[in-house]
Amino acid sequence: MVVGLEVHAELLTKSKMFCRCSTRFGDPPNSNVCPVCLGLPGSLPVVNGEAVRLAVIAALTLNCQVNLRSRFARKNYFYPDLPKGYQISQYDEPLAVNGYVMIPGPPPKKIRIRRLHLEEDAGKSLHAGDDITRAAYSLLDFNRCGVPLIEIVSEPDISSPEEARQYLEELRRILEFTGVSDVKMEEGSMRVDSNISLRRAGQDQPGALVELKNLNSFRAVVRALAYERDRQSRILAAGGTVLRETRGWDESLEITVPLRAKETSEDYRYFPDPDLPPLVLSEEWLEKVRREVPPLPEEKREYYVNVLGIPAYDAGILTSSRKLAEFFDECMSEGADPKVASNWILSELLGYMNSCGLGPDAIPTSPEFLVKLVKLIEKGVISGRIAKDILVKMAETGRDPEEIVREEGLQQVTDEAFLQQVIDQVIAENPSAVEGIKKGRSKAIGFLVGQVMKKTGGRANPEIVNIIIKSKLEWIRDA
Amino acid sequence: MNDDALWNMKASALLELMAAGEVSSVEVVEAFLDRISEVEREVGAFLEVMQEEALAQARRIDKLRQSGEYPGLLGGIPVAVKDNICAAGAGCTCGSRMLADWTAPYDATVVRALKEQGAVIIGKTNMDEFAMGSSTENSALGVTRNPWDLRRVPGGSSGGSAAAVAAGEVPLALGSDTGGSVRQPAAFTGVTGLKPTYGRVSRYGLVAFASSLDQIGPLAADVKDLCLLMDVISGFDERDSTSEDRPVPSYSQALSRSTRGLKGGVPKECLTQGVSPGVRRCFERALEMLEELGIDIKEISLPMTRYALDCYYIIAPAEASSNLSRFDGVRYGVRAETESFEKMYMRTRRNFGPEVRRRIMLGTFALSAGYYDAYYLRAAKVRTLIRRDFKRAFEEFDIILSPTAPTSAFLLGERTQDPLSMYMADVLTVPANLAGLPALSVPCGFEEVPGSGGGGEGEMVRRLPVGLQITGRPFDEETVLCAGHAFYQAVAPGVEAELARMRKGLGRASQGSTRCCVQGSG
Repeated sequence: MVVGLEVHAELLTKSKMFCRCSTRFGDPPNSNVCPVCLGLPGSLPVVNGEAVRLAVIAALTLNCQVNLRSRFARKNYFYPDLPKGYQISQYDEPLAVNGYVMIPGPPPKKIRIRRLHLEEDAGKSLHAGDDITRAAYSLLDFNRCGVPLIEIVSEPDISSPEEARQYLEELRRILEFTGVSDVKMEEGSMRVDSNISLRRAGQDQPGALVELKNLNSFRAVVRALAYERDRQSRILAAGGTVLRETRGWDESLEITVPLRAKETSEDYRYFPDPDLPPLVLSEEWLEKVRREVPPLPEEKREYYVNVLGIPAYDAGILTSSRKLAEFFDECMSEGADPKVASNWILSELLGYMNSCGLGPDAIPTSPEFLVKLVKLIEKGVISGRIAKDILVKMAETGRDPEEIVREEGLQQVTDEAFLQQVIDQVIAENPSAVEGIKKGRSKAIGFLVGQVMKKTGGRANPEIVNIIIKSKLEWIRDA
Repeated sequence: MNDDALWNMKASALLELMAAGEVSSVEVVEAFLDRISEVEREVGAFLEVMQEEALAQARRIDKLRQSGEYPGLLGGIPVAVKDNICAAGAGCTCGSRMLADWTAPYDATVVRALKEQGAVIIGKTNMDEFAMGSSTENSALGVTRNPWDLRRVPGGSSGGSAAAVAAGEVPLALGSDTGGSVRQPAAFTGVTGLKPTYGRVSRYGLVAFASSLDQIGPLAADVKDLCLLMDVISGFDERDSTSEDRPVPSYSQALSRSTRGLKGGVPKECLTQGVSPGVRRCFERALEMLEELGIDIKEISLPMTRYALDCYYIIAPAEASSNLSRFDGVRYGVRAETESFEKMYMRTRRNFGPEVRRRIMLGTFALSAGYYDAYYLRAAKVRTLIRRDFKRAFEEFDIILSPTAPTSAFLLGERTQDPLSMYMADVLTVPANLAGLPALSVPCGFEEVPGSGGGGEGEMVRRLPVGLQITGRPFDEETVLCAGHAFYQAVAPGVEAELARMRKGLGRASQGSTRCCVQGSG
């Protein structure tokens, strides 16, 4: 199985590729438009420098060679959501070439990237009917029109649906981590097309290429590739030939179906866009960007393990998302102990977030508050058990833990005279436990401590309680 | 009507009168509006006259002047704008049925600059559809006639702007020049016209024909007036990535420079390109006059310019085929309602006229897979060689001289059936576009052609203006304008006497009917 993937990712710029309109997702239709992105007669494009910077960061982290001179070209085709009748893209002089990403495997494998180039997105069509040829009418929203995209084209190095998934996961992680894109497939900020063909065992040349579209999730990519692999091998096994065609993934039926056959092969009549001079980057600028590239997940992971002493598994989770790693990094700069902070984030905070279905970009509290909470425990102001309740309160209300402790009177009780009274009461109420201890069942001490905690609403300092109980029982034994 | 009429004056003179408080902008604008209604029936230069807006702007300017404020470099001067340059609120048809109903929602950068400098936009002028043509006959929206001989074309594609200036309907006008569309009509109508260096004037708001060749340029009665417009429209625009960020001199001030010692080259190729005997005579006399002005003239060779027209007719249609894709009926263009969306596209595209369709097909072909290398890419290489020819020539020469067009104005309908003969009208002007150079056309004399004959006033010969083209180094408009100015001053007495005579002859036919119209409309 020979697979190549074309990934489109929207860049996280504030404004569009060739004009100053906002790229905000979800605004009312046709509210972020101007003469340029509407292709008004007489309007001209101007390149968004931030889009170039982000694309270069992506290229560098994907180990590409960045071309100091690249060029925008026009891809000509007619479609209603393409108001100029051409898309400004890059063709024979792309921004970057010859990169790769490593996928974990097993075994680990290098997937080469052929090219990475900049282009603009088209608008969105909404058809009142199955598709444009059968629709009674179509609605157009040009908010997305002109949003900057990078297209990342892999070499056909992928040889299974699982490798495709790993490659996409890796790309998504890298693009998210470097702040290049928010890579949300559900909002269309990451889109995947796939080329697949089968090669007969012992042959060099792969068979006919099938292009797959409508792959709206990683799961869809994996399922569609698996389906297509099986479909094509069935045809070949029966002595048939696979047609070179474009097929779409039908999410509900979980099959691929031929898209409307093209009468003619498409000729986009690419030529250099005369409205834009060649994109020329200086060595100095490129060096500057190279220095600005944020560390990649694996570099961060290594740092967490080797320098901060965090277990590899935990470091892996912390670096699985950029937002999470940033949260952790900020805890570090607030002065938290790495292991303690990591434990709180992984077991308590993520546990809470998972139970509410929150993703890593919706962390419900701040690093500052989490560190305050940890410090409250360290200072003995609250017990670890109480702290877990406080964390939930922090997450639910967004409040400061110190404020919660103060207002709800959750400070730990360290007053020995008070604790003596409570402990005497507990000993009196639990003669059988005391008997047990006398007979050497040391576990019963824990039971008594638990009873004291219960009576104090969890606020007693467990260490002090332990010491007092032990000394009291010794006194009993001696008596 | 007399020679002292306001409409018969140049912009520079009108500015002085207004500054001195002798006339108001409203009076000036009214004078030109009257002139327009007097001669427009014959000339047909305008697609839209913005009477109300123009008078409102004139009143604003007058108020500014009265309160002692500076109204701008062109305060109160009427300017006509070719109908492929956007002016907010006005139509912008590009001479096409496709955009017959489109109103521009924004100002082109040049229009904004004009407004900021107090100019009064008086109307939008006729043109060949999407600037494709050399006679304005490809306009789908009206016929423009050459004021020197109403049987003849005004040239094109900025024929409306050129005819309007020649007829005294407006002192200044903007055109656009992709292969000669400012200079050739300027030559045909006896006015001056400049194609600035590519990148000197912003193209933002100019409806693109061939983006790598298009340049907005001014038209005026003389070089001095031309410079007034250049001073306003030149300069970098952050909205146009192909405009150049470099200082802009005052062109008006550059005119006082001496031309003595300038070196002028005459490409030997330029007189072999179907140049008429009359044009040749005018040109040779012009060279003698230039020598008298102290300009040192020598023959040179620009061998690659032989291929300029072929090269142009690959590159320009290729770019046009892409630029005009947006007129598909979805957002722009008159949509043809049909049963399917593919038919809608096809039916809608029939709103283009034959010349536009021809060029879209040519360009689509030149860019198609399998033909790209042989056509577009090869043309791009030839273009580089043409640039190199000029670069080499400008190491020795300051200006290059040729006739602007091989002939004077031809008859309406004379070339419409033969596109190649029409294309030949641009043979001397396209090299400057391909090389991105500034080039000026300035009147240099008259060619005598057979007149209307017959009775009444029928003359036996008709004198038609001929233009001299002066091409310069990139961004050296100053030298070009300076030489043009010196030359024009030498020919001005003769040229302006003819111009005045021609202008006097206009409007007679319509005087009676104008009266009728006034009565009719109450």
